[in-house]
Amino acid sequence: MAETKTYREALREAMVHEMERDENVILMGEDIGVYGGTHLITDGLIDDWGPKRVMDTPISENGFTGAAVGMAMMGMRPIVEMMTWNFSFLAADQIIQHAAKLRYFSGGQVQVPLVIRGPNGGGVQLSAQHTHSLENFYGHFPGLKVVAPVTPNDVKGMMITAVRDPNPVIFLEAGALYGTKGEVEEGDNAVPFGKARVAREGDDVTLIAYGRQVNLCLRVADTLEEEDGVSVEVIDLRSIRPFDEDAIVESVEKTHRAVAVQEQWRWFGVASEVAAIIQDRAFDYLDAPVERVSGAEVPAPYARNLEIAAFPSEKQVANAARRVLYMEEK
Amino acid sequence: MPEENGNGENGGVEAREEGSVATSADRLVDLYREMVTVRRFEEACQRGFRQGKIGGYLHVYIGQEAVAVGFLDSFKEGDKVITAYRDHPHALLLGSDPKNVMAELYGRGSGIVKGKGGSMHLFDVERGMMGGYGIVGGHIPIGVGIAYALKYHETDNICQLYLGDGAMSQGAFHEAANLAGLWGKDGQCPCLFIVENNQYGMGTSVERTTAMTDLAAKFDAYGIEHEKVDGMDIDAVLEAAERLTEQVRETGKPYAVEALTYRTAPHGAGDFFEKYRTKEEIEEWRQRDPIGILEKKLLESEAADEEKLDEIKGEAKEQIDEAVKFADESEQPPIEELYTDVYAGEDEYMGEE
Ligand SMILES: Cc1ncc(C[n+]2csc(CCOP(=O)(O)OP(=O)(O)O)c2C)c(N)n1
Ligand SMILES: [Mg+2]
Repeated sequence: MAETKTYREALREAMVHEMERDENVILMGEDIGVYGGTHLITDGLIDDWGPKRVMDTPISENGFTGAAVGMAMMGMRPIVEMMTWNFSFLAADQIIQHAAKLRYFSGGQVQVPLVIRGPNGGGVQLSAQHTHSLENFYGHFPGLKVVAPVTPNDVKGMMITAVRDPNPVIFLEAGALYGTKGEVEEGDNAVPFGKARVAREGDDVTLIAYGRQVNLCLRVADTLEEEDGVSVEVIDLRSIRPFDEDAIVESVEKTHRAVAVQEQWRWFGVASEVAAIIQDRAFDYLDAPVERVSGAEVPAPYARNLEIAAFPSEKQVANAARRVLYMEEK
Repeated sequence: MPEENGNGENGGVEAREEGSVATSADRLVDLYREMVTVRRFEEACQRGFRQGKIGGYLHVYIGQEAVAVGFLDSFKEGDKVITAYRDHPHALLLGSDPKNVMAELYGRGSGIVKGKGGSMHLFDVERGMMGGYGIVGGHIPIGVGIAYALKYHETDNICQLYLGDGAMSQGAFHEAANLAGLWGKDGQCPCLFIVENNQYGMGTSVERTTAMTDLAAKFDAYGIEHEKVDGMDIDAVLEAAERLTEQVRETGKPYAVEALTYRTAPHGAGDFFEKYRTKEEIEEWRQRDPIGILEKKLLESEAADEEKLDEIKGEAKEQIDEAVKFADESEQPPIEELYTDVYAGEDEYMGEE
């Protein structure tokens, strides 16, 4: 059974599903209760669950994230909302220095089953301080798990998995897509971490992306098929750490050509990692160097035209695909 | 006594009548034993460091013993303790075997956290030791969360949260204290903040790091009641510990104690020159060494004689010598340990071994 729901509804449904299952699951964050959540993800939940399960916090990202780490060490399963991931830099000490490493430096004596979630990425003219894609940043640290679901079904299923995971999970939501709709499975649709999704099957070239760039790649795939007669495979990574190397390798063994697309800046980004994995494990299958399409190397601008220019465009991705296919750019 | 805090003689703590708390002779002798054991342990660590057996950072508790010994005397089964990197006494006093603690410092597989944390990261979760932490102030929000969880799970346990004077300048402290005060309004945060005010954060004195040197009073900003205690006088600490742990347990509200104490040892074992303080100052505080004060009290009240004290010292030495021997003879951690405990659950390691 599946129903059409928005990304927002699917996300909320997952959290409620887990709150019903386990009393240790609580929600906490700034303005998530009475105010309803800045992005309305938790709207109304405080009425159903009360302030102990849906806890409004002061504006202290480091403080309440740290408190959630302590709660998690004690067996609670807090889901912490970062109003947006941009504010997580203030909590970076708790996330990176504490949550990620506690299990290791305690010699395995503690675990930190903590989910930190919120909108990530740009696209809604929030400009420099409110626009970041943090997959590579958090993906860098051993001890964290990092996921970036893009479909309503995945956001639900991966949130369910995140809550049940005994480790700290960085849950990066496609902030610009909260209102988008898709089929969502009923009930427990837990989606495993570390498994990419083939968003579209194809034979000639592989586009690899995550988050809202997956949707862009799907549009490019339509264009390339219609205009150029090219069959495009699109891989949605979904999970950044753990990372599904096999899915990429298998696809490239079939298509022999790959383009990695990311909203974030090029230097030291996820796309570079994708390219490295392909050259490590599928070098002999490649018919062309792996291309990367990334955001412009600037802080995110405000003006609509500038913002659009700062992120990968369909044209850029299509031309990158044409280049690896040794076709004329358009 | 130097006037460190701008709070007058003795840092604003009322001078106490000797023996004003009716602590039984036997109990005082036990506490003396604990203090001496902790001191011997720390001295052995300093030796181990000089010999190159202990690496990294090493922070000892010499001079401050009455604080942890006094407060942990009121520890009840199920309570939790969290502190920073000056954490050896907390683990030892909760019952961790000195052998495993020393082995940790020696970087051995038999160490209390398998040789993965070292001096700054002692954990003994079964006994309530929720860790030593190396980022100044970083453990404070965690301790507040632990206290919250104790209430969320409807226990009547509390969290003893130790922090330094220096840590109180961190944002993490202020954010966490605000949360504790807030959650405490509903009786949901049984957290006893124990400020180990040893007058310095590394080489910078309290009055050189904050304009408002009354550290206890800072908790006013967060609706947390507070007091000061003479952290060199075990009797005074015991009295405060008993009363305040029970109060926090009953009310579910946080409380803060500023224990005025002094680290007579250098900040870290590698600090050879102490440019930030005078020999005279150290000597003055040494006159109020907590072990010395208690020794005098025990002898004067005839709770113990010289012979008894020597016997205790001898036993402590023997126990610590054994711990050192155990550590020295233990194996290094097996190399496979490098890759474990990164994640809980199945997919523990994500790299190439
Ligand atoms: C965030 C951070 N900044 C600086 C340091 C270096 N450092 C280690 S201990 C210390 C002094 C802390 O003083 P205090 O909190 O009074 O504790 P004490 O060492 O006196 O017990 C400093 C600055 C650190 N470990 N973490
Ligand atoms: Mg200090």
